[in-house]
Amino acid sequence: MRRRQELMLGALGVLLAFGVCEAVSRAGIVRRSYLPPASEVLRRAVELAGDRTFLEGVGATLHAWALGLGLAVALAVPLGLLLGSVPVVDAAVRAIVEFLRPLPSVALIPLVSLLLGSGTETKVALVTYASVWPILFNTVYGLGETDPLAKDTLRAFGFGRLAVLLRVELPGTAPFIAAGIRISAAVALILAVATEILSGFGEGLGIFIAQSGLATNGTRDVLAGVVWAGALGLVINGVLVWGERRLFPWTSGERGVGVGT
Amino acid sequence: MSGGGDSSDGEEAGRGGKARAGLGGPDSEAQGVTEAPLAGRPRSEAQGVTEAPPTGRPRSEAQGVTEAPPTGRRSTPFAHPDTPPTPPPRHQPSRPRLPAGLPHALLRWVVLALAVAAWELAARVHGSVYFPPPGRIARHMYDLWFSGPVRHLFLTEAAVADILPSLGRMAAGFALAAVAGIALGVAVGRSRRAYALCNPVLQFARAVPPPALVPVFVVVFDFGTPMQIASIVFSAVWPVLINTAEGARNTDPLRLDVAAVLRLGPVERLRFLILPSALPRIFAGLRLSLSLSLILMVFSELLPGTANGIGFTLTDAQTRSDLLTVWAALVLLGALGHLLNTALLAVEKRLVGKGRATA
Repeated sequence: MRRRQELMLGALGVLLAFGVCEAVSRAGIVRRSYLPPASEVLRRAVELAGDRTFLEGVGATLHAWALGLGLAVALAVPLGLLLGSVPVVDAAVRAIVEFLRPLPSVALIPLVSLLLGSGTETKVALVTYASVWPILFNTVYGLGETDPLAKDTLRAFGFGRLAVLLRVELPGTAPFIAAGIRISAAVALILAVATEILSGFGEGLGIFIAQSGLATNGTRDVLAGVVWAGALGLVINGVLVWGERRLFPWTSGERGVGVGT
Repeated sequence: MSGGGDSSDGEEAGRGGKARAGLGGPDSEAQGVTEAPLAGRPRSEAQGVTEAPPTGRPRSEAQGVTEAPPTGRRSTPFAHPDTPPTPPPRHQPSRPRLPAGLPHALLRWVVLALAVAAWELAARVHGSVYFPPPGRIARHMYDLWFSGPVRHLFLTEAAVADILPSLGRMAAGFALAAVAGIALGVAVGRSRRAYALCNPVLQFARAVPPPALVPVFVVVFDFGTPMQIASIVFSAVWPVLINTAEGARNTDPLRLDVAAVLRLGPVERLRFLILPSALPRIFAGLRLSLSLSLILMVFSELLPGTANGIGFTLTDAQTRSDLLTVWAALVLLGALGHLLNTALLAVEKRLVGKGRATA
């Protein structure tokens, strides 16, 4: 039906936004060093795709991102299953969790930098900390949503608790966990870039952005870096949404608006 | 509603108004609204997971009680043959181990107190510089910020100089983002075309990790409050905008028809129809924006070149290796985050309840 029309309109919107940025800069409404023309930014972004050191920086960022996110999954899913299926543990730990979660994780950057220095370890630790929460909460929530009838049936046939967990609860919770991972992926990218911007040396996308910001007339490079960061975010989100649709077709239609601590 | 929770109608709900127009009776709207906290939000966004515990917990609690006696497991289904499949049954506990909410709440605080005590003990025994005992952190917080004269509400000079500017910037940034986000979101969401036009750009803006843009604002505004407010607004506006647009877009078409028949003017339509039905989504966006505001507030103050604020206190203490102040600032930020979130939830409870009544 109108899908094509929508896509056309979307493309038009992108062109319009691009054109406005270009015009505002070219017409001299804003100082050129503040907002370089969109075409120049885009050209620089494409140019960076051929830059070895830049690509290695992006690689370093993605490395920390993937490692941190992987660790978060490995920690949060079992913990979430534990919290979700043993109410006493849940009640016991909840207060601690509720005190830890609202803490904005970028605020931990100074502390963790003091503890671990400013290398990959710091990045990974922070990324992990920040991305644990959405996965953990989604896992606990998903467990509460599993079909009680299926569980009772399995129990009636004499399956043990672990079997129920593995055969009913885990598959039932999987879409929720996947959604949590998707949200955490965005959070993890935020933390990776933020840590790099603050640490200021080493290699990474955030470091490229931070150092370009210090250079005179570096806004073009900063914006090119931002374009890259946004593109990475989009690609990551797109891949995860696609994966969710493939794996759990019955939950489709829901889209994340997720960024968080 | 993006994200109808149930497997069966998830598709229609997700695809938005068109499918719903076919399905929707007048009560599909109200249903959508009540569904939101249960199914839509927790999955669709990060902070929405705050909703999860209230709905999720009591249920798993109820299950847990029946699960608890290891021998009784098998007999459970037979003991309650008439349990309906949904909503999950709240079994009468065969052994009332945790009957009311009180023991759980008690357990929670006891465990928290125990954890703090354990930390205190371990820190004192070990004497690590990096992990000072909580007692000393609390003491330090008191000395640093809350030991001032009564007429300053017990705030010290340092608190006035550091906490208040941070809060002010955050409030300004969040308020601006909320107003702009809701206004633009309604404008975008009202027209299907406008929505299609803006959607890709919005998606990209949202995908950019917010801290990446802060260096741009540093170049444009130089260091200082305008830069910080700008970076807060620019990051926090997208979740509100996108969520509001989504909410406004999915106003029940039937109700819009009724409004047309009743000859409601645009203002009335906005006031009685669009805003109330978008309200749950708006608040989902606001909650995300609030946590983003806090993040950006701290982040923009962490950058070298700032002169005051909680984030500045943090970096300043970091360079002096003053671990006690670092911890104090962290505890303060955690408490602040908790407080702000609770406050927003309270406002939401009032407004969404009211909105539903008028809708």
